[in-house]
Amino acid sequence: MTSAVAISAVALQMSCVAGLLGTAVLAIALSRSKRSTAVIYGATLAICLVALFGSIRWLLGDAQNASALALPIGLPWLGAHFRLDALASFFLLVVNLGGAAASLYGLGYGHHEEAPQRVLPFFPAFLAGMNLVVLADDAFSYLLCWEFMSLASWALVMAHHRETGNAKAGYVYLVMASFGTLALLLAFGLLAGPTGDYGFAAIRAAQHTPYVATLVLILMLLGAGSKAGLVPLHVWLPLAHPAAPSHVSALMSGVMTKVAIYGFIRIVFDLLGPPAWPASAVILFFGGITAVMGILYAMMEKDLKRLLAYSTIENVGIIFVSLGLALAFQANGMKLLASLAFTAALFHVLNHSFFKSLLFFGAGAVLTSTGERDMEKLGGLIHRMPFTSFAVLVGCVAISALPPFNGFVSEWLIFQAVLQSPDLPQWALKIMVPAVGAMLALAAALAAACFVKAFGISFLGRPRSPAAEAAHEVDRYSLSAMFILASLCLLAGILPGPVIDALSPITLQILGGRMPIQANEPWLSIVPIAESRSSYNGLLVMLFITFSASLAVFVIHRFASHALRRAPAWGCGFSDPTPAAQYSGGSFAQPIRRVFGTLVFHARDHVEMPAPGDIRPARLRIEWHDLVWEGMYAPVAKAVSVSSDRLNRLQFLTIRRYLSLVFATLVTLLLVLAIWS
Amino acid sequence: MVLISDILVQGVQMLLVLLLAPLLTGFVRKIKARLVRRKGASVFQPYRDLLRLLRKEVVLADNASWLFRVTPYVTFAAIWVAAALVPTFATGLLFNWTADLIAIVALLGSARFFLALAGMDVGTSFGGIGASREVMIAALAEPAMLLIVFCMALVAGSTQLSTVANFMASSYVGLRVSLGMALIALIMVALAENARIPVDNPATHLELTMVHEAMVLEYSGRHLAMIEFGAFLKLLLYISLIACVFLPWNIAVFGTGPLAYAIGAGAYVVKLAAAGFFLALFETATAKMRVFRIPQFLGAALMLGLLGTLLLFVSRSF
Repeated sequence: MTSAVAISAVALQMSCVAGLLGTAVLAIALSRSKRSTAVIYGATLAICLVALFGSIRWLLGDAQNASALALPIGLPWLGAHFRLDALASFFLLVVNLGGAAASLYGLGYGHHEEAPQRVLPFFPAFLAGMNLVVLADDAFSYLLCWEFMSLASWALVMAHHRETGNAKAGYVYLVMASFGTLALLLAFGLLAGPTGDYGFAAIRAAQHTPYVATLVLILMLLGAGSKAGLVPLHVWLPLAHPAAPSHVSALMSGVMTKVAIYGFIRIVFDLLGPPAWPASAVILFFGGITAVMGILYAMMEKDLKRLLAYSTIENVGIIFVSLGLALAFQANGMKLLASLAFTAALFHVLNHSFFKSLLFFGAGAVLTSTGERDMEKLGGLIHRMPFTSFAVLVGCVAISALPPFNGFVSEWLIFQAVLQSPDLPQWALKIMVPAVGAMLALAAALAAACFVKAFGISFLGRPRSPAAEAAHEVDRYSLSAMFILASLCLLAGILPGPVIDALSPITLQILGGRMPIQANEPWLSIVPIAESRSSYNGLLVMLFITFSASLAVFVIHRFASHALRRAPAWGCGFSDPTPAAQYSGGSFAQPIRRVFGTLVFHARDHVEMPAPGDIRPARLRIEWHDLVWEGMYAPVAKAVSVSSDRLNRLQFLTIRRYLSLVFATLVTLLLVLAIWS
Repeated sequence: MVLISDILVQGVQMLLVLLLAPLLTGFVRKIKARLVRRKGASVFQPYRDLLRLLRKEVVLADNASWLFRVTPYVTFAAIWVAAALVPTFATGLLFNWTADLIAIVALLGSARFFLALAGMDVGTSFGGIGASREVMIAALAEPAMLLIVFCMALVAGSTQLSTVANFMASSYVGLRVSLGMALIALIMVALAENARIPVDNPATHLELTMVHEAMVLEYSGRHLAMIEFGAFLKLLLYISLIACVFLPWNIAVFGTGPLAYAIGAGAYVVKLAAAGFFLALFETATAKMRVFRIPQFLGAALMLGLLGTLLLFVSRSF
């Protein structure tokens, strides 16, 4: 009976994937039809919902089992294996929830697309690719699906290829994706070992030497890390994610980075066998750096969508920190604490997919309504786009890790795990974890600053351009997608207990331990270890705030003066009527740029003051450098270009020289062979 | 029956912090005035100020949005809830476990988030300058705060304030260098968070030097009253926090009866007065520093927190 159910579960997911691929083909067939947008997004919405409910049912139901499926395609001696287990079903949930929300949003947003045939076929293909990566159960299918996902998303990045910068974005993305796949290919090669068995079951059963394990970990950090956006492999992400249409940006940032994290978890936690603690130190280090650097980059940014992309890098860093903690605890056999950190990581994966999709939808709404992504040209949208503003505000509060929303819960769980680190026996970790914890706190505070800036500059104040002044509210599909995600942010924030309980099959599967059952706690509070240590109750906090605020409102409106007068804002006697005199994003970031940026970005402010009597305006020029790009990537790019220039000469030789080159090569090879043997 | 008395005690605490907060600020102002040999306003002046503001009309900027009008209530509510969750006269109250210290700090973060947004709503430069500096100070204070929490949790084995207070009140804790460092760091963070000298000057109206006051410059009438009240509560909250962690003497354990509660409340008032006196003394004796000196000030707090934690590791292992 169980096996029949089990087979049907993975078969259901696979038929959803087949449906998505069919939709992609349908999109090509319908490319000239006017109704194609509605048909395609409607179809993906329906398929994603089916897959979503399938994965939820699996996660809440028989997640302890695994259901597998082998298809007779792919390598002849291997076939293609697909498997649904607890971990896969959770990530399928993330993928399909994001997919469903993006499809709903696309139903409205897609109508603004100038060339829908450039987006429609690739959108379902991209979703199918992400589903397949999560389901794959052998190295060959995994890599094939991974590449399929990368290429489909690359096509979506290039959808608006005529806009400036997008061609570069697509190129950098392609290079980094190939690099990542190369690392993954080598990792799987090492894992399969000399026997060359590429099935995940065989890899899991095999014993890996510490040498191989270290190499695989490094390769996974390169491969999955480059896809997820780990600093310093992040350079493609802020270029590529914003270049795509906004609902695709939401999928890339909110979901595809999570698929990369899935790959990391699957291989490092599941396939590689028992971990060694130094690995966790490496992950913690890079996670901490990524979190702080990502949000500092975001703080410097004035393009709304690039700001969101950089904030994705920050969140990936947070997730990697908690994965590193989980690995550290697991390496020392502390299963309870490992599952606490691991649950926190998964919870943050879920949360980030909620609020980052929401925020990208909001940025897309602003883009359709004003045609602007540059925050310095926005402002005052709260008056003209009230519903979008409200939903985006919820997203901003949630991503800034403020109670009672969901971002706080996962970060709180991570801090609880950080606070347990003194129990670790290794001194290096003991000293490192508090420092990384302080970095996380810094990242959280900077995230709040960054989203005050993002919301404050784009939605508040006075409009800074005619386009912002003429903004209007977006369509109902887009709004409903945003509001669904916003309510999920609140729900996961005030009812974290059920989420944590739903994640327990995964920690049981991967780590062999679980957090205490939260459903038993009174008043729906969450207790990571013991109530005497720490507890949090989002629901009560929410109720208390509502109660106190309503009480204050009631008392004030009952007893205080009701008089209200509208007047011009106070400007010290002289109010500058031009909106350009307002605080801008650059000026808002100035204190933080000065405190952190001088070190991290070599940022300098140059004031060009004309001589007295000169009537030209004074100018403030901000100079800052992306040291990662200038220090790592630019030299490599330069070396490639210089050496290819040199090699270029070989194209224009005379036939005599070619012949002598061939002869010389032959002689050299023979000599090498002779000496070798 | 037990539940009702539990709720009653919790309600008493909520009211107590509400009633004492303006008095504390009035007391600090009075002492500051006396220290510079002014007579100073009565300690009850903040109550009168609040009532006066409540009776006045609200002057709202032309383009202020709903966010600007909602923020005073949201920030006030968030700070009030946070203040009610810190043990004052008794530990182990009904809802103390609702949020631990990290959550309390985050609640204050929510209040600050909305206040900074409101500062940017009208689109004047004062709001912007105040908001941008406020978030910078927060970004510097929060890592330091986390390390203080870390140090404290390492000693007491909990981030739950009731548990920490009970543990600190017990005889297991002697004098520890680490705790001293954490105390100094916490005081520094508290000064920054409450916009006190030397980080910010609560009394100034010279626009370029203001941080917190610049951010709320557009507020008037009942809205300003709510924001001022929130600021009073926040000062009380931080002093209660320092008192319950580092000076938990005579704090009543939950369920010990009215007499213990009364002693706890008396001790609490004495602690508040002492802290207020030292705050006034410190503010009178110190000058405000430049905005870009603040990173050094809070960096010192961060280092003290880290040093305290590392010292604990070292002392534990021997």
